Amino acid sequence: MTTQINENQFDATELEAQFAATIKAKDRIEPRDWMPEKYRKTLVRQVAQHAHSEIIGMQPEGNWISRAPSLRRKAILLAKVQDEAGHGLYLYSAAETLGATRNELTEKLIAGKQKYSSIFNYPTLAYTDVGTIGWLVDGAAICNQVPLCRTSFGPYGRAMIRVCKEESFHQRQGYELLMTMMRGTEEQRASVQESVNRFWWPSLMMFGPPDDDSPNTEQSMEWGIKTHTNDELRQKFVDMSVPQAEALGVTFPDDGLKWNEERGHYDFSTPDWDEFWAVVKGNGPCNEQRVAHRKRAWDEGAWVREAALAFAENTAADAADTDTAADTDTANTADTTNTTAEETAK
Amino acid sequence: MSAETSPGSAAAGKTPATRGEWPLYEVFVRGKRGLNHVHVGSLHAADDQMAIHHARDVYTRRNEGVSLWVVRSSSITASSPDEKDPMFAPSGDKVYRHPTFYDIPADVPHM
Repeated sequence: MTTQINENQFDATELEAQFAATIKAKDRIEPRDWMPEKYRKTLVRQVAQHAHSEIIGMQPEGNWISRAPSLRRKAILLAKVQDEAGHGLYLYSAAETLGATRNELTEKLIAGKQKYSSIFNYPTLAYTDVGTIGWLVDGAAICNQVPLCRTSFGPYGRAMIRVCKEESFHQRQGYELLMTMMRGTEEQRASVQESVNRFWWPSLMMFGPPDDDSPNTEQSMEWGIKTHTNDELRQKFVDMSVPQAEALGVTFPDDGLKWNEERGHYDFSTPDWDEFWAVVKGNGPCNEQRVAHRKRAWDEGAWVREAALAFAENTAADAADTDTAADTDTANTADTTNTTAEETAK
Repeated sequence: MSAETSPGSAAAGKTPATRGEWPLYEVFVRGKRGLNHVHVGSLHAADDQMAIHHARDVYTRRNEGVSLWVVRSSSITASSPDEKDPMFAPSGDKVYRHPTFYDIPADVPHM
């Protein structure tokens, strides 16, 4: 392949210097640029994890589509879950520019070789959870994703821009759902508080382990893949969420949560990192169910993928035959016309 | 090799349809009348018609466009960023192609 021959003409250090200069200038790396193998691998891992999270993330909320309380709520939930599928596809598309294939990514997910966000291993026990997920889970996702719009790898940043535009709808529909319930019965208000209690800590864990226990952060920041540390983003999320909780009329289940005048931030307690690692390692409430569901959809859809491909091949073959036939027809028609013209002339 | 595939990658040089995988298409959207079609991403589809339908569902759920183009990624020929003498160098030294190259007295109107 010519590309590889050209690559060999380069001195490796020259390529690395070009890459480093691009990163330093805060310019973007594009798919056909040379990049260190570790940069590529780190990105494939992160983008795949992100894509899988969107796809697996359809399940907890999809659980409530058939039982949404009104047609309005059902239409909103359908649109939201469809968006999550779309976000997954934008991200798989970005991962493919790094040389990963779509099938390979899906197969790694269902084999448990690639991860997705641990938040989706928690169950949605009540319809209220749809609101809480929109507000807190999508709210945390926005905190994570907004800085990623400026990540150093072009296709990933562009996918994030599209995702962020749509996440705002997700968060607002969730918050509005909860506001509506807070104006309802005592039972509904209790349901909101109970749901928030369950999702608060897992939402804080979405930012990943604390900085001193996050081995990839330093290198990722050096490469411009990440621009903020996990703890910085977690703090930002807490600061944003507290006034929203007050406006809604709920509390977060943390006695240590209070404003720190000196820091200009809210103090909060340490999440249960043992629980976090247990869920990441596969022992959350729904890990098996989520992966089994994805595997079933993948396996049961295999014949559709194959049939569509076979249909496309047959149609292309038929079209080629018809073209040949059509050419012959045109020639015959031309002959007939000539004959008729001659006859008329007579 | 498609326009958006990294040359050093595992997929480089493979035929576009890995066994059983639908071919990859690049998607272009015209945001509104009067604008060019702009590349927005890619997707997999079994054929051209399906690619158009998927492009609508994936890339235009919120009035992002009035027209779509899809093209097999394998049909795109791209300039290579790896060429030692940059492809675009020839335009670098032709300053006379820019209007600012020409000195015109400041009091000449409409120039």
